[in-house]
Amino acid sequence: MHAIRTEGLTKHYSVGFWRSRPYVALDNLTLEVARGEVFGFLGPNGAGKTTTLKLLMQLIFPTTGHAWILDRPAGDVAMRRRIGYLPENPTFYDNVSAEELLGYFASLFGYRGAERSRRVATLLDEVGLGPERRMQLRKYSKGMIQRVGLAQALVNDPEVVFLDEPMSGLDPIGRRDVRDIILRLRDRGATVFFSSHILGDAESMCSRVGIVAGGTLVASGALAEMVPFRIRGWDLVLAGVTADAAAALSARAAAATLIGDGRYHVVLPASASSEDAVALAKSANAELVSVNPIRDTLEDFFLARVQKSAGRSFD
Amino acid sequence: MRTIGLVALHVFRDSVRDKVLYSIVAFAVVLMAVSYLIGQLTAGEDLKIIKDLGLAAMSLMGLFIAVFIGIGLIAREIDRRSIYAVLAKPVRRHELLLGKYLGLVGTLLVNLSVMAIAYYVVLAYIGTTLSPAALKAAPAPPTDPRLLLAVLMIALELSLVTAVALFWSTFSSSALLSAGFTVALYVAGQFGADLKNFEQVVESPAAGMVGRVLYYVLPNFAAFDIKAEVVHALPLPAGYLAMTTLYAAVYIAALLIASVMIFARRDFK
Repeated sequence: MHAIRTEGLTKHYSVGFWRSRPYVALDNLTLEVARGEVFGFLGPNGAGKTTTLKLLMQLIFPTTGHAWILDRPAGDVAMRRRIGYLPENPTFYDNVSAEELLGYFASLFGYRGAERSRRVATLLDEVGLGPERRMQLRKYSKGMIQRVGLAQALVNDPEVVFLDEPMSGLDPIGRRDVRDIILRLRDRGATVFFSSHILGDAESMCSRVGIVAGGTLVASGALAEMVPFRIRGWDLVLAGVTADAAAALSARAAAATLIGDGRYHVVLPASASSEDAVALAKSANAELVSVNPIRDTLEDFFLARVQKSAGRSFD
Repeated sequence: MRTIGLVALHVFRDSVRDKVLYSIVAFAVVLMAVSYLIGQLTAGEDLKIIKDLGLAAMSLMGLFIAVFIGIGLIAREIDRRSIYAVLAKPVRRHELLLGKYLGLVGTLLVNLSVMAIAYYVVLAYIGTTLSPAALKAAPAPPTDPRLLLAVLMIALELSLVTAVALFWSTFSSSALLSAGFTVALYVAGQFGADLKNFEQVVESPAAGMVGRVLYYVLPNFAAFDIKAEVVHALPLPAGYLAMTTLYAAVYIAALLIASVMIFARRDFK
């Protein structure tokens, strides 16, 4: 049983007032997401991420192709009782409070009375909204609205959650909170499908990703399969390096650059190990501030695929 | 039906708190109070003028509410994308549309009631200031219950205006454009009788035919104006109110059906 499945999903728009011409927002997207997965849908701005999510939510209708959620057609209203959706840069109603808005959405899922109040309070606690939950939404900051948006996507304790750029507009604390919520959803068996152009988010949370560019899916799969993550070297920062020790460092390292005040940035080759890094610091009689492996990243992979798809250089 | 009710309740809660609404109602109440002063300037006709101005104020302010808050029902929701989260819930598009319509009509009726109460208070006060001779000479008492018929017709008219606003909103992506179309149709609908008689004043049969077609197609808002009959205590043709109510019901139903059909296939880009 798939959480999400699309087959040849395509969306064309007509653009231009007098002489309309077709614009391909999404082309032939075939995708499968298993239940319980955290799936990152990645791509630059205008790649087709939001179009895909809107097609899945039936906010727009496909030119050709089909989509299923929990093995039901995307337009099935009964199926929507089992899913949640956070739109990109959400906005709600100015004159109601977060509590009232969530109460309204909860009642659309059949919650009533005390059960509804409890559900709303739990959700608002979960997304970190305090006494401001009784304020009208017109007074909320962008980050607070994003938290309300996240809460409304979870109001029905969904089996599949769709999040369109969930980190957008959030400060570092907010980003950490959202990441924690997504991981909690995963831990209780929910499927999370989220779009982002921030690759760090995907790397830290996703089991699989899909990369879309120019309306086309250019790659999809498990992160470990797509990006080998092999170590290409070691990145060290040493402190308290004397002038004599610095000369010795340059001879042993692939590169050694003075940061200032006796601090050096040193690069060791791939053939070295973390023990070699410790030994190097000891031999230079210096303090080892940090040691990090230099790996292939999702960003390298992403840029290579997107560049290839766009047929142009991003340099 | 439950979903429609929930949406309507939410619309009512959101729109009754709209600051624009308070300004409009406050303005209408002030206008009614000021009509008392205007009446003072016109010897002998003051009661009729006050009644007429009060009803006109209710109608005009109701129109503002129906257009400016009514457009927000769908057009502004699409503009601001607040509709996305709602449509991802177990809500069918027609349920959202009908719920929104009923919610705004509810808001309108509540506001119209507030204005009607203020209107009767002003009229009752004026009644206490008039001499027995002036009261006897007036065609109807100051707090004539028949005035409520005019208020009822205003309520029907505004329900139709709201349906028109909703209709435009379902396919126009601009709230401003929807407001413009609604006001244009309202103005055109005030000339129903002229359109009906257009062929008698033009020589071209084609132009006359166009006028007649427009008469049948455009909503005839002039039909709801019974202010003169009520204020001057003139009789209304038999069955007029029933026929006008039926006309409004049929027109509103047609507009809602068309809106539902358009809205069902609309892409929210």
